[in-house]
Amino acid sequence: MKYSYFPGCSLKGTGRAYEESIIPVMKALGAELEELDDWNCCGATAYMAVDEVKACVMASRNLAIAEKAGNPEVLAPCSACYLVLNKTKHYLHDSPPVAHVVNQALKTANLTYSGNTPVRHPLDIIVNDIGLEAIKKKVKTPLKGLKVAPYYGCQMVRPYATFDDQYNPTSMDRLFQALGAEVVRFPLKTRCCGGSLTGTLPEPGLLCTYIILKEALKRGADVVATVCPLCQFNLDAYHDQIAAKWEPARIPTVYFTQLMGLAFGMDPVQLGLQRGFVAMKPVGQAAA
Amino acid sequence: MQMDNQKAEVRIGFYACHCGSNIAGMVDVVEVAKKAGKLPHVVLSRDYKYMCSDPGQELIAQDIKEHKLNRIVVASCSPLLHEHTFRTATEKGGLNPFYFHMVNIREHNSWVHTDRQEATEKAYALTQAAIRRVAHHKALEVKKVKIEPSVLIVGGGIAGIHAALTMAEAGKKVYLVEREPTIGGHMAKFDKTFPTLDCAACILTPKMSTVGSHPNITLWTYSEVAKVEGFVGNYKVTVKRKPRYIIEDACVGCMECIKSCVYKEPKFADEFNEGLGKRKPVYIPFPQATPQVVLIDPETCLQLKTGKCKKTCVEACADRHAIDFNQKEEFIDIQVGTVIVATGFKTFDAERLPQYGYGVHKNVYTALEVERLVNASGPTGGHVVMRDGQEPKSVGIIHCVGSRDKKTNRWCSRVCCMYSMKLAHLIKEHTGAEVYSFYIDMRTPGKGYEEFYDKLLEEGVQFIRGRVGEVTDWAYAPGEDGKLVIRVEDTLAGYVRRIPVDMVVLASGLEPHKDSQDVRRLFNMSCSTEGFFLERHPKLAPVSTFTEGVFIAGCCQGPRDIPDTVAQAGAAAAEALVLIDKGSVELEPNTAYILEQECSGCKSCIPLCPYTAIAFAEDRNKAVINEALCKGCGTCVASCPSGSIVQNLFEDEEIFKEIEGVLAYE
Repeated sequence: MKYSYFPGCSLKGTGRAYEESIIPVMKALGAELEELDDWNCCGATAYMAVDEVKACVMASRNLAIAEKAGNPEVLAPCSACYLVLNKTKHYLHDSPPVAHVVNQALKTANLTYSGNTPVRHPLDIIVNDIGLEAIKKKVKTPLKGLKVAPYYGCQMVRPYATFDDQYNPTSMDRLFQALGAEVVRFPLKTRCCGGSLTGTLPEPGLLCTYIILKEALKRGADVVATVCPLCQFNLDAYHDQIAAKWEPARIPTVYFTQLMGLAFGMDPVQLGLQRGFVAMKPVGQAAA
Repeated sequence: MQMDNQKAEVRIGFYACHCGSNIAGMVDVVEVAKKAGKLPHVVLSRDYKYMCSDPGQELIAQDIKEHKLNRIVVASCSPLLHEHTFRTATEKGGLNPFYFHMVNIREHNSWVHTDRQEATEKAYALTQAAIRRVAHHKALEVKKVKIEPSVLIVGGGIAGIHAALTMAEAGKKVYLVEREPTIGGHMAKFDKTFPTLDCAACILTPKMSTVGSHPNITLWTYSEVAKVEGFVGNYKVTVKRKPRYIIEDACVGCMECIKSCVYKEPKFADEFNEGLGKRKPVYIPFPQATPQVVLIDPETCLQLKTGKCKKTCVEACADRHAIDFNQKEEFIDIQVGTVIVATGFKTFDAERLPQYGYGVHKNVYTALEVERLVNASGPTGGHVVMRDGQEPKSVGIIHCVGSRDKKTNRWCSRVCCMYSMKLAHLIKEHTGAEVYSFYIDMRTPGKGYEEFYDKLLEEGVQFIRGRVGEVTDWAYAPGEDGKLVIRVEDTLAGYVRRIPVDMVVLASGLEPHKDSQDVRRLFNMSCSTEGFFLERHPKLAPVSTFTEGVFIAGCCQGPRDIPDTVAQAGAAAAEALVLIDKGSVELEPNTAYILEQECSGCKSCIPLCPYTAIAFAEDRNKAVINEALCKGCGTCVASCPSGSIVQNLFEDEEIFKEIEGVLAYE
């Protein structure tokens, strides 16, 4: 199966390890990712906050290009992209005035959008389309002894819970069990990572990340696994400040695709694991 | 005096009802009456404020005499409400009541349309159809059938028990069928009842044992209704009796078999105690179970599972010979005149709301579990202790679990506020714990209920208004380690609070049984959207259903408390008694009949009849329809290859003229 791949800004920048891991992992599972030609900002964060209609225009240009590309589905690994693209689909469907503005804008760029191309999260495709049985067959080095805190963040299941429970998502939990890892029961799995507050209002923003990291350590996790580049960045990049303000809470935060790659026997560097600020110990040593 | 107008000139009287502003607000009834007056055969056309009023009915009767009318059409509400009224008025005027026809311009028109002109046009089209149709109506006779003076009551909770006793006391034969091994239902599990705090068992168990011993009641527990056929007054019911591996008549309830079971200690989760206690494979659900007969669970009994057991129970039973490992499912056919469905409810499955942690945190309980904990005959002997054996020092009770929520059930379950407060009181009384009650709105609309709330406020229960966001073991603030933290927006204080407690009680709402749709089909009832059984009228026929002779009572119709359930059960019994004491019931003559000279005897109609109303007369080689069994569904009429089946009130000519009338609209 071939998917139109929408990387968004993160997977080309701070979250490049996500891209570095998702492409080979999907390939190993028989899925090819074809990057959208000339994609632009998804419309998230600042745009959505300042002018929703403009954000929708940005998002729908990507949707229109994806439709032109002709693959049946769009894959959006970043939770913010995933949410904004889907939110735009809902807005265009539910609000004729918004659809009108968007369609006018697309027309000037000789584009059209029918609203029929689904935008999917890779976790959804991996767990529900490919399936855990197929994944188990690909595991070469089970993540035995590795204790993982599955951290989903907010945007994957809120407000639209298309493929998992809004309060207690479990897709990653089941995935890591299939990879042979031990999943820590993590009650903060959908709690705020701080979002963009870490940049604008560091005090409450960092408190959010500190709370999550501390709880992961308290529950004996070796690693926090995430589905979102902003979550990963927030949980990984501020350890110095957290240590200075409260106490050290050092624990690596990685993408779920990196853990999949490890279990599939791929090279950690190929998966971008060296890019984390807190290094992840090789599996097997982790428990020791 | 009834004239036979079949051959006479057709003279139609038409009446358009305003129904106050119910119809006239959207349909120009004056215009409809004016136009209808110009149609062929219409001798008289009127509009009138309330046709169903006494003067309205009188008008029809008088007009028939004065204007020599021989057909009547009224355009008003649904025939379900007033067809009978107007047929009676027609009869009063001296006509056969079936020369009347009704047009629904309220439910099918004014109430559902928003354009006055279009609604008026539709009313006229329907009127025209009725006027053309009624010209072909024939005089028909109403058939009377006898009513079997017996009742089937489905469900042995407090509703079924109360209805059974009422009918049995009135001297009627009662068959009470209960799915579980004992009657008593949910009420038998409760400790106290609100707001009086009297002991549930003390008021229920005497009624249970009266049911067990009443000469007019046949009690079949561990049984289900498998099939229902027939019609009001003559229902043929098949009851499935599940094997309990005990011969009921031989068992004296001595429980020697339980004592001597090869399992020395109770080992298996006990259903009656919500899994908090243990039982043996041979058991009796609780000490006052009715009937006082044990049963053997095939899932856990060694003999039934493996065929290899010392069968010490059989030895203990000795010459009573009550144990029968070869018992099989049994089907019994009975004949009843009426049915009362009182199948109750199930509680909302709290695991559907993962944010409350039921099934994850061991000290999160459902309210029904806590009912068993506070009950002296429960698994802990009435001591409120948690799964680790400790008494809780602080308890949080969360209201509206699965209720008043668009994501789960939208309705208010009506009893949870009150039972939550009852449990708050009992927990405080038993343990002295600090009790927090988290509510959205406090709903106490019942006699003595608000006063009970006041009493609890004085007792010092802490009421916090807000829907709880989550129950978590994430300890963050001091004093939270090892506790369950309830996170809630206190909407009176205006901020988010974290309240650490030892124990959480979830006030699960009430919802229909999983198989309520099967039961609905069995008795040909309707359901409201949420799946509770639908009453015939929400105000004026609250215990009747759309199936004649089938009544509903208790929580199968919607959530309600014990007093309301008992009142409703009494009402259902009274309705059933009315039917039985009347002795007979009139059947709508919309039955089908065979034109014998045209019937070729192909028999194709016979297997199609859902009511097995068609037989075959071998001597004449013709199909024969039993009018008493025919429900007028029309299946045979449509299927007959030679067109030799005709249905009263739905004859070809009548239907074609009706269609013509609608299409004639310009």
